Amino acid sequence: MKSSVITFPGSNCDRDMDVALKQFGFKNKMVWHNDAEIPKSDLVVLPGGFSYGDYLRCGSMASKSKIMNSVINFAKSGGLVMGICNGFQILVETGLVPGVLLRNKYLEFICKNVFVKINDKKNTYFKNINKDIVEFHIAHNEGNYFCTKDQIKEIEDNHQIAINYCNKDGIIEDQFNPNGSIKNIAGIFNKEKNVLGMMPHPERMIDSSLSGEDGSLFFKNLINNLK
Amino acid sequence: MIVNEQVAIDHGLKKDEYAKICELLKRIPNITELGIFSAMWNEHCSYKSSRLHLKKLPTKGKQVIQGPGENAGVIDIEDNDAIVFKIESHNHPSFIEPYQGAATGVGGIMRDVFTMGARPIANLNSIHFGSPQHKKTKNLLRGVVHGIGGYGNCMGVPTIAGQTSFDSSYNGNILVNAMTLGLVKKDKIFYSKAAGLNKPVIYVGSKTGRDGIHGASMASASFDEKIEEKKPTVQVGDPFTEKLLLEACLELMSGDSIIAIQDMGAAGLTSSSIEMASKGNLGIEINLNKVPCRESKMTPYEIMLSESQERMLIVLENGKEEHAKKIFDKWNLDFAVIGKTTKSKKIELYFDNQQVANIPVNTLVENSPMYDRKWKKTKLPKKNKIKRGDLKNLKIIDVLKKVLANPNVCSKEWIWQQYDHTVMGDTIQKPGGDSGVVRVHGTNKAVAASVDSSAVYCWAHPLTGGKQVVCESFRNLISVGAKPIAITNCLNFGSPENYENMGEFVECVQGIGEAAEYLNFPVVSGNVSFYNQTKEEGIKPTPSIGGVGLIKDYKKMITMEFKEKNNIVLVIGKTEGHIDQSLLARNILDQKNGPPPEINLFNEKNIGETLLKLIDNEYIQSAHDVSLGGILTAVSKMCIKGNKGINLKKPKYLINEIEYFFAEDQGRYIIEVTKKDQKKVTDFLKKNAVHFDELGTINENELYINDKTKVTIDELKTSNKNWLIDYMSK
Repeated sequence: MKSSVITFPGSNCDRDMDVALKQFGFKNKMVWHNDAEIPKSDLVVLPGGFSYGDYLRCGSMASKSKIMNSVINFAKSGGLVMGICNGFQILVETGLVPGVLLRNKYLEFICKNVFVKINDKKNTYFKNINKDIVEFHIAHNEGNYFCTKDQIKEIEDNHQIAINYCNKDGIIEDQFNPNGSIKNIAGIFNKEKNVLGMMPHPERMIDSSLSGEDGSLFFKNLINNLK
Repeated sequence: MIVNEQVAIDHGLKKDEYAKICELLKRIPNITELGIFSAMWNEHCSYKSSRLHLKKLPTKGKQVIQGPGENAGVIDIEDNDAIVFKIESHNHPSFIEPYQGAATGVGGIMRDVFTMGARPIANLNSIHFGSPQHKKTKNLLRGVVHGIGGYGNCMGVPTIAGQTSFDSSYNGNILVNAMTLGLVKKDKIFYSKAAGLNKPVIYVGSKTGRDGIHGASMASASFDEKIEEKKPTVQVGDPFTEKLLLEACLELMSGDSIIAIQDMGAAGLTSSSIEMASKGNLGIEINLNKVPCRESKMTPYEIMLSESQERMLIVLENGKEEHAKKIFDKWNLDFAVIGKTTKSKKIELYFDNQQVANIPVNTLVENSPMYDRKWKKTKLPKKNKIKRGDLKNLKIIDVLKKVLANPNVCSKEWIWQQYDHTVMGDTIQKPGGDSGVVRVHGTNKAVAASVDSSAVYCWAHPLTGGKQVVCESFRNLISVGAKPIAITNCLNFGSPENYENMGEFVECVQGIGEAAEYLNFPVVSGNVSFYNQTKEEGIKPTPSIGGVGLIKDYKKMITMEFKEKNNIVLVIGKTEGHIDQSLLARNILDQKNGPPPEINLFNEKNIGETLLKLIDNEYIQSAHDVSLGGILTAVSKMCIKGNKGINLKKPKYLINEIEYFFAEDQGRYIIEVTKKDQKKVTDFLKKNAVHFDELGTINENELYINDKTKVTIDELKTSNKNWLIDYMSK
């Protein structure tokens, strides 16, 4: 399976994503933001970081990068595009997924492990995954997902919510919401579910010596689903 | 502007220093030259009060590749890998403008590390605030934490450990010390020594603005009621540009274009150009019209003294300019050839086709002032007599809860959750343990780092305090299973012109030196921050020690949380019952005098090395050094982190319960072993003449003391966790 990770100026989880993808069998290429075309890929990843310093709005300048035309076309033709953290922020700025990401409710950067409940398994990302609740890691300042009432209805009707923050037993409540996001949303799909944006970093959970191994589960499952 | 004695004094120079400048130049300097002298001769850059004493520190060792004198120290961690590291203060700016002050402190130290060709892999910090009740403390703490996070998080470098303390002596002068570790191949280390004539001198990075002019001079003076006026001397950071600068520099460094490279830190273009020339025994000629400027009509004086961040000066090989420019263009950074190396051994500056400065380099560096300041020795205070009656009235669990909720002991999770501590995917020990640990990417090795200071001990007796901090750093590394290799120190003191403050400095340095020598734990980098005082009131002497150690097989790393029910817990190292200057004495008994606990370097080394062997043989399940708050505090933290309880028994010998459990005798660790290994471990301890007491057995979730007192671990956790969160949300 071939993957591409886009490096924007200010990306800082690009290497971590490269390491993770290769560890689980992807042939990964790093792609520079100023390139015109993404190489032939089964998966394109927009990694975490602070693209363009998060100036103006998180993700907004990166969403206008030269490479993004190619990424958007790829997504629109059904290709898998995954945006993690800053990558999610870029995705909402392109309009590939609905909504916006606001500053965290308590106005503080937050770095910790969280539990998320997988809300939908009828998609390439989570199909066949043998857990409903996984432990992921978050590290962000602007992960407070927000959208209009009409949008949320549409998102729910289309089963576009990918994962919700919850406790270890899968209970989705305010107290388990780290950043104030609407409906505890941690990640969403586009309508067709080939584009996934999420705040948690599965690439930081790929080793028992690190924060945990549910990231391994995610990547193993993903590559199996692509085969 | 006409230069005279008064102008020199306004620049922070002393009368005799100005006279010396005129004598060295054999003329009166112009204003640009005076600015350059004032920047190079201030305390921050010249170390004029400290140089004499710093020379006494041990700086060499088998694993030391580069000691003090470069941008950072470098140590060998085998297999052609090396670690570059340093700690630096940004105290004065952080008090004036906490966010930017702390952020640029972090930015500055990372630049020092990647200037040497190393990719930063971990950040640490040591931050000290005034009393929690002081009106400024909360905002300063919030600002500093946001600033450290804002910069480090954006750079994508994990912040893996730190230290936060509160003491009223920092009310008018907080401390922000930032430390960075970087990883480099041994044969790809870059230095700041220029070499060769007519080599192009290159400016890269951000444009130069008017921010931070005289920052280094500001950091070399005490505060008074006019500090608000000093805001413009605080630099403004842009971590995004620094991230680009990091990537661009590392890309250029992968080739062979660079002869020398130096970041523009304190005193900006002035100190960077002079340092490169001085080390290379060369001259440098710069055309200031070529310097990329952010603001219009900047004068040579302003350009030379600006402390705008995220800039580097490089001496390139001839003919490599195009290749280098391409890289910096790719990263959207300014790139300008601004001058060349010369044989004149002078700094010659041109602006609008006129020479605006012409100064022999040696007058700025070798001939800079050096003072043997007067200092006063601190006598060892007399021991207090603790009244047994006072102790008998104390309820041990109440005391424990108070100690766990003490601002200097309580959980700092509120702080470190705001730092990205997992980016780069190699953090195997997060903040909250004895040391932070990161793997050396793609290998079985890991590097442990910790930062420590004990201002109370240093204040009570600087010589003992100095030794203690080094020992504590040693212990924190050993507790995670790392072999201690070397340290970096950030020496935060009051005014060197005050005999007592100077005495504190001299004796702390002596203590640091003695311990570092004995423990084979050399000092490879550091910085000195004097004048940490507002008006007459100085801070408690606060040397911060950043220690670095190596774990050869990261799978053998130890963490402090209790692991398994029914395992046995021991304390190794002897408990004599030293209460003076302990948290118990100062905060519970309200007794603030007396000597700090003694340091026995022989025991320290022997116990540490013995424990390291036990860890290497995989006999140790968890370990934690005993520090502030004594045995019971240490054990409680291990319970809290592991969600386990313990049945504790005070050994029969010695002293009463409170003394035994809260004494702060040094050189002790708590260890957890399985029943199966217990005898092997105790035999080995006996063989190595290491004293130990068996403390008890791990249970489900309650803490019992001598079978009669009990408390749930959840209760202790609440005491420990809530203080800071409550304080910050009030």
